[in-house]
Amino acid sequence: MANTPDYSYPPMDKRKVIGQRYKRLDGPMKSSGRAKYSSDLKPPDMLFGAYLHSPYAHAKVTSIDTSDVEKMPGVKAVYVAAPAGTEVNWQGYEIAGVAATTEEIAREAARMIKIEYEVMPHLVKDDDLALAGTRAKQGGERVVGDPDKAFQDADAVSEGQYGIPVVYHCCLEPHGQIIQWKPGTDPDNKSDQIHVWPSTQNVPDYAGSLSQNLKVPATNIKVRMDYIGGGFGSKFTPDAWAIVGANLSKKAGGRPVKLYLDRAPELMIAGNRPSAYAKIKLGGKKDGTITAWQTESWGSGGFQPVNPPAQPYTYANVPNIREVRTTVSLNGGSQRAWRAPGNQQASYLTCCAIEDFAAKIGMDPIEVFKANAQYAARTGAPDTYRYQLDKAAELAEWKKLWHPRGQSGSGTIKRGMGVAIGSWNGNGHRSQCRTVINPDGSVSVEIGSQDLGTGTRTIITQVAAESLGLQMGQVKLVIGNNDLPPDGGSGGSTTVGGVSTSTRKAAINALMKLYEACAPALGAQPEDLEAVDGHIRVKGSPNKSLTWQAACRKLGATSISEMGAHTGQAIPGLVTGGAAGVQIADLSVDTETGIVKMNRYVAVHDCGMVINPRLAESQVYGAVIMGISTALYEERIMDQQTGKTLNPDMEFYKLAGIGDIGNIIVHMDIREENDKRGVIGLGEPPAVPICAAVGNAVANALGVRVPRIPMTPAHVLDTLEGRTA
Amino acid sequence: MQSFEYANPTTVQEAVGLLGAKWGQADVLAGGTDLLSLMKEHLHTPKRVVNIKNIKELEGIQKTADGLRIGALVTMDELSKNSDVVAGYKLLADAAAGIPSPQIRHMGTAGGDLCQRPRCWYYRQGLGLLAMKDGKSLIPDGENRYHSIFGDGPAYFVSASSLGPALVALGAKVKLVSAKGPREVPVAKFFVTPKDEASREIALQPNEILTEIIVPAATVRSATYEMRQKEALDWPLATASVALTMNGNTVTSAKIVLGHVAPTPYESAQAEAALKGKTITAATAEAAGKAAVQNAKPLSQNAYKVTLAKVAVKRALLEAAKAKG
Repeated sequence: MANTPDYSYPPMDKRKVIGQRYKRLDGPMKSSGRAKYSSDLKPPDMLFGAYLHSPYAHAKVTSIDTSDVEKMPGVKAVYVAAPAGTEVNWQGYEIAGVAATTEEIAREAARMIKIEYEVMPHLVKDDDLALAGTRAKQGGERVVGDPDKAFQDADAVSEGQYGIPVVYHCCLEPHGQIIQWKPGTDPDNKSDQIHVWPSTQNVPDYAGSLSQNLKVPATNIKVRMDYIGGGFGSKFTPDAWAIVGANLSKKAGGRPVKLYLDRAPELMIAGNRPSAYAKIKLGGKKDGTITAWQTESWGSGGFQPVNPPAQPYTYANVPNIREVRTTVSLNGGSQRAWRAPGNQQASYLTCCAIEDFAAKIGMDPIEVFKANAQYAARTGAPDTYRYQLDKAAELAEWKKLWHPRGQSGSGTIKRGMGVAIGSWNGNGHRSQCRTVINPDGSVSVEIGSQDLGTGTRTIITQVAAESLGLQMGQVKLVIGNNDLPPDGGSGGSTTVGGVSTSTRKAAINALMKLYEACAPALGAQPEDLEAVDGHIRVKGSPNKSLTWQAACRKLGATSISEMGAHTGQAIPGLVTGGAAGVQIADLSVDTETGIVKMNRYVAVHDCGMVINPRLAESQVYGAVIMGISTALYEERIMDQQTGKTLNPDMEFYKLAGIGDIGNIIVHMDIREENDKRGVIGLGEPPAVPICAAVGNAVANALGVRVPRIPMTPAHVLDTLEGRTA
Repeated sequence: MQSFEYANPTTVQEAVGLLGAKWGQADVLAGGTDLLSLMKEHLHTPKRVVNIKNIKELEGIQKTADGLRIGALVTMDELSKNSDVVAGYKLLADAAAGIPSPQIRHMGTAGGDLCQRPRCWYYRQGLGLLAMKDGKSLIPDGENRYHSIFGDGPAYFVSASSLGPALVALGAKVKLVSAKGPREVPVAKFFVTPKDEASREIALQPNEILTEIIVPAATVRSATYEMRQKEALDWPLATASVALTMNGNTVTSAKIVLGHVAPTPYESAQAEAALKGKTITAATAEAAGKAAVQNAKPLSQNAYKVTLAKVAVKRALLEAAKAKG
């Protein structure tokens, strides 16, 4: 083919497979327990690994002696990750690993390692900036326009304080892997070989990271993962546990070692969402237009400095801004990307401040959000927000149920409504796909991606089937190992854009080869053919056709194997970035107990062309459930006196159950203007506005702002009874 | 978890012979909903675990002329559904039904509910039952949002028992059996406030098994009201169990016992006195709630629990007034 094939998707009304509400292909495997997660595997001769973690938030290892433990029956290897002299900066820091024949022996052995620490001073609390002292580092002041004059000229000025704490990812499958480091003792193959079965969001790049640490060529590292029990942004790199596990395996003569974190260290050291606290002042006009914005914010993402997110969020083009951000270094586990990193915090601070401004000028907050949609930075976004604000209001029965702040009747139970917005990029990552068409008609699609639980398997299969004119069951998909064409990590909601584009291209490229093979039999030119409903036929002459099987037989003995690649750049119509969302919380607060119950939650989102509306909606349901849990219950709690994390468990680190969630209404904004933009990722955007919408609904119900998430009885009653939070 | 010997007695006689003279020698296993996590966290490191689930005499609920006898192995689920309990002792059925986790309701036992260790996070993180450091409790200056609002320490944990307040309100007793024979202890005296780290929060001795709960016959209107944030697995922030003896619509005597607000179930004589001779109305229930927390001394982060305790009493009373049993 001389010309570049046309990769564009058929128009919405002509699609046969794309746009259909297929159930996820791995649903039956997962729900019946037949799906094997990496942590379910048990290769022959597997040893169990266990960790010794630092009990202190800040200490120096002064001595460590593993000699007795190495002699314990059943112990096969001990590896010290933090030798004497190591300074540990958070509780749970990885000190040493043990591999043994049983889990019980490994755990007991890890406990018996003789270790001494010099305990050092720590800081583990971040909610009071005054206590942070030299651990707080203030950034420079950012000024846009003339905020002083804008505040002077404003019709009204509102001020508020807001806070959103550190929360955990709480993956049900903890971080870890089974790993086998086989020494190169084979005379014909003297290179070391590593096999690893991780729980990772990044199968394709895993071997590259590991090879740098272990000095084993990446070509000798085989990575395999079929299913993952949650990542949410926290599982991109091999991490210390892979290094320790690999070294234990090597020391144990190449036996595979299973090393997964227990729940407590899983929560303490495997990532978290940074906190953000702020004092915000807004100035604006009586018509709701914001003219001036001032933020003093601080927050912590652990020991390494992480700035709280810039303000204002999404409505970034407010003309007059003053902002000072401060980062606090804590002796706590490090932050990692948490389902739209930075965005929940940013949305919470901005949208609560806008709601407070709306209350100050006595306006409906939906109207205030609409009045300021002009400030949304992305081209086209202002209109999208205006549309979605109206749509969400309609679905939430806003006009009927909303009332001005505090005018929620005289009863004990007060109902409140709150709105918030979010945005996300979601461009496709780099991706390569191979499509193989065999002479017997069988088709395989091979792609080095992973299904994070988002439905990646299903949507790749849908794109391939649509492109080849086949049905879902006629395409065999292979993903989840690093022998396959390299894809990207599943982060930033970039997977669907990447894999759909490379799959589309590979399928079309393969189809072009098939057209060449069967054009003579159809008496036509290859470019005159099309693949429809399991047939290759001449465009405009549907009676001149071959069945898929007959067409493939024209290949003789040679299969077609064609690649398709996506570089990561946006391609109009195929893949792009930039998504919006509007959410409304409808809840009731028991003013005698401070207990908040969700009634209804409305989420309106666009994500360009939707490959599978059911799976898109599922992403929104999942994000909203996760978000309501953080809005009402979740919070890392640490004790400044001892430096210890007090709730590294699923008892007092409270997670919502389904009875706590209320009714969720999802609306996908799939208007043609969005469809035409191409595929955009959706995993993260619906997780963004929830804390803000819930916080605003509580303020609407009570008539007073409860500054800090989560909306616990303690926070609500402290506010109602006038105690400072 | 440390290695241990596992014993499977089939009679109480045999079981008590397997216990130790001191804490730490043996632990009793029933539903295991608490013991297993205590052992995994090395908070309990018994040399022997005595499984009592095969002891038939510890099962079942019997209605007698004197009241109810509830075997130690009766699960919370059984208790919440038993027709005699539901008909005559609503506060007890409420308390058992209130446990939100179906797993714990089905595995957890009545005896275990009374003997479970506190959920105080300082204790569970290995900092001791009283969380003492340099002779001073960490809790008043620490993270005390879920801790006690009554008393002066040094114990600031709250009793974790769901049934305790209801049983105190009913004037129930527990039967404790050692190799020397049985003794009966009022539930109100079974829970104790430890004064030092070596003491326990219950009167059970290391060589004893709690075999039975004895609830006297009663004609009361009763209810238990729990303040719990979540529908899913969660601990109450405060509870109130109330039992009212009525003459027509007038309260002749009241028992009002709070849970999860003190190291033991907390009986409020003030609230009981406030109700005597009164009818239950929104106003008298509110007044009784206020009286119940009259002596509260909240810590730095838990003043909100005073409100919750007060409202729990009010709501339990209003519910009891509606209830027949």
